[in-house]
Amino acid sequence: MISFKLNGNNTRVDADPGTPLLWVIRDHLHLTGTKYGCGIAQCGACTVHLDGAAIRSCVTPVSSASGRNVTTIEGLAETSLGKAVQSAWRDVDVPQCGYCQSGQIMAATALLRGNPHPSEAQIAAAMEGILCRCGTYNRVRAAILQAAAQPGEGK
Amino acid sequence: MNDITVFDESRRQFMKGSAALVGGLVISFYLPMKVGRAYAAEARPEQVYPPNAFIRIARDNSITIVVNKSEMGQGVYTSLPMMLAEELEADWSRINIESAPVAAVYNHTGFGMQLTGGSTSVASSWEQLRRVGAMGRILLVRAAAQKWGVPESECRAEYSQVRHDGSGRSASYGALADAAAKLPMPVSVPLKDPKDFKLIGKPTKRLDTPAKVNGSAQFGLDVYLPDMLTVLIARSPVFGGKVKSFDAKKARKQPGVRGVYQVPTGVAVAATGFWPARTARDLLEIEWDEGPGAALTTTKMRADYLALAKQPGAVARTEGDIAKGFADAHQYVSADYELPYLAHAAMEPLNVVVDLKPNHCSIWTGTQAQTMDRAAAAKVAGLKPEQVEIHTTYLGGGFGRRANPRSDFVKEAVQVAKAIKKPIKVVWTREDDMRGGNYRPMWADHIEAAIAEDGSPLAWKHTIVGQSIVADTPLEGMLVKNGIDVTSVEGAATLPYVIPNLQVELHSPKNAVPVQWWRSVGHSHTAFVVETMIDELAYLAKQDPVTYRLDILPIASHYRKVLQLAADKAGWGKKQLPAGHAYGVAVHQSFGSHVAEIAEVSLEDGRIRVHRVIAAVNCGMVINPDGVRQQVESGIVYGLSAALHGAITLQDGRVVQSNFNDYAPLRFSEMPQVEVHIVESSEHPSGIGEPGTPPIAPAVANAVFALTGKRLRRMPFDQESLV
Repeated sequence: MISFKLNGNNTRVDADPGTPLLWVIRDHLHLTGTKYGCGIAQCGACTVHLDGAAIRSCVTPVSSASGRNVTTIEGLAETSLGKAVQSAWRDVDVPQCGYCQSGQIMAATALLRGNPHPSEAQIAAAMEGILCRCGTYNRVRAAILQAAAQPGEGK
Repeated sequence: MNDITVFDESRRQFMKGSAALVGGLVISFYLPMKVGRAYAAEARPEQVYPPNAFIRIARDNSITIVVNKSEMGQGVYTSLPMMLAEELEADWSRINIESAPVAAVYNHTGFGMQLTGGSTSVASSWEQLRRVGAMGRILLVRAAAQKWGVPESECRAEYSQVRHDGSGRSASYGALADAAAKLPMPVSVPLKDPKDFKLIGKPTKRLDTPAKVNGSAQFGLDVYLPDMLTVLIARSPVFGGKVKSFDAKKARKQPGVRGVYQVPTGVAVAATGFWPARTARDLLEIEWDEGPGAALTTTKMRADYLALAKQPGAVARTEGDIAKGFADAHQYVSADYELPYLAHAAMEPLNVVVDLKPNHCSIWTGTQAQTMDRAAAAKVAGLKPEQVEIHTTYLGGGFGRRANPRSDFVKEAVQVAKAIKKPIKVVWTREDDMRGGNYRPMWADHIEAAIAEDGSPLAWKHTIVGQSIVADTPLEGMLVKNGIDVTSVEGAATLPYVIPNLQVELHSPKNAVPVQWWRSVGHSHTAFVVETMIDELAYLAKQDPVTYRLDILPIASHYRKVLQLAADKAGWGKKQLPAGHAYGVAVHQSFGSHVAEIAEVSLEDGRIRVHRVIAAVNCGMVINPDGVRQQVESGIVYGLSAALHGAITLQDGRVVQSNFNDYAPLRFSEMPQVEVHIVESSEHPSGIGEPGTPPIAPAVANAVFALTGKRLRRMPFDQESLV
């Protein structure tokens, strides 16, 4: 049994400790907002937060989440920053097929948590690892800049 | 139970089920469909379409629109409802979307089957969905007028309400739905004058965005059924190979594994989840009978293709006297072009959920080709098509891959379900998806061209070599004409430039690699070839590339309009670009739409850097301008990924690439600024999902020539040669 907090809830799973966190979240817990794209940390579709930092759940064994806080897209709106990012995403109308967007949003939120007013170069550096085949990158940038411009929230 | 108008017994169950859930009006109708201009050639006027059911109005005044096209990012869950809601006078803020089940009523008006492709969704639904909406509005107004005892002409509809201004009365559609459902279908269904449009033509936010932002949008991979097993399949490393023998002892011992089965495409491992299935699959020991596919190696194929491109092929188009044209030439140029196989590499790898019962089969998948897939599934399962139900989920990208004319992924999944006899989800790993074939064909082209003394083109001979996408598929009859697969030569045989002596020829060699449409299909290769060669002729003639094109394009054509607009917006020939930057241009028509793109390019450490793309498009009347912009941005990124990085190559029949590390889509830092300028038009809408893709590769290649004097004739571009 491995225990961790998932979106604020105490969670216990009976899984091989080497199982990637991604597949525990999806196949064991049926939270499907976190996506499988490549399995080798190349595309970022599986990005979740581990104690607030963006990680690739497809290459992170579930054992390394033991006793820690995991946040997925489903739990993102529990913080004002997460809400602001999702709201900017809706406002800019970022998604097309949408499959990569959970990963984009999770990466963007982690960026803004550590750096509330990133430069365009810092945005590019943070988002470089999250692939989008539909080409939403310019809207991703616009949404991040918009979320960063939100005044006075307790981010 | 509400009174429901049904005309078709096979539809009755679905409608009853739907109405029981929400109550209220179900709009069904019988309408000999007018088809869009793009399909006029295929339309059979005598064909009478079966009844349609696209709208459900609930008593709470919410409206559900059933969409018969697959949402793969291109925005049909927004643009198609907009057309219907416009005529229905629906309150846009209360629209829900549901994906259509498989039924003839939902067939594509041009293709005669349920299919999303060819950038046709808006064009083929333009008449149909507006008429459906108008019928609904007429019935609701009629119901209100009868209830109030007033003339219909005194009532008006807006925001899902009918109002009678004289008496100040109003009623919601929800309140009128039951009465409206009892009325006979209207005979005359006039459509709005476009000047009265409230929704169509206005930038409109996508209806699917909220679900795609909070993680709740359901893709095929997100479907979980009780007691479902996850299945991974070990497929032949060589196309066309078969299992000779296998040893699954180690695989079966893995925790979570529930069975190992030989299936027609390989060896299937069923387990409690993806991870145990993947772990066990790695432990299979399989001996393959590889077959002739093992002889395929890209370098050898390329040489063979280029040699074939010098041989006479089947003639796709001929004008004037090609031999005389070359004899009279003032200057002459010839060139070879090479383009690789390309994987679609949608972000969501292929997957299919199947629940096969003795008399019924339920399938959940993101497909673009429901009717063909259902027929294929039924055949494998030994059922009638009506016994197979396909639930179309959101597609995590399609780009053509999910409209497989052989129904490869659906057929295989039903074969697996038959063997396992439990609900299953077949998941393709990224590597499976990347190496799974059904690629954009590899192409080789040879062009010889000549100009007259005044610089105008005099002769043009273009020979194309590449596999036919539709050969040996159910679509062969529709798309192969006189031995020419029209998708192989589109954009080349339709070359718009006025050239008195012209010939386009085609070779369609066969081999074991399955090929398929890839965003913009034949245009993905022909635009690159013809638009870089036209650019070459402009330089040969010592003329400006934009002026040269304008001079040899037919007068008053849409090509000229978009080219001029892009040039104006870019400040072509006027704007001072930063040192080391240059513009390149290309213009192309595909799927009825004309697009010109101008790329601003520089070299950074010998690598091509695309800073900005100025696009001008004419796609007829625009439903959602923001959707058009999204699609052009998207098409450019897709084409740029192929131009700068994309290649699937073979070594001894094995695909060399495996994942995003060696098949690299464009990343964030490589993304250019994109400006999209839309030509205002009152013409019938045409495609927009694909037409943004073809011009970008030639525009960038032409800019690189302007910078370096080097012609890029191979995709992906050989950037090493630029250092």
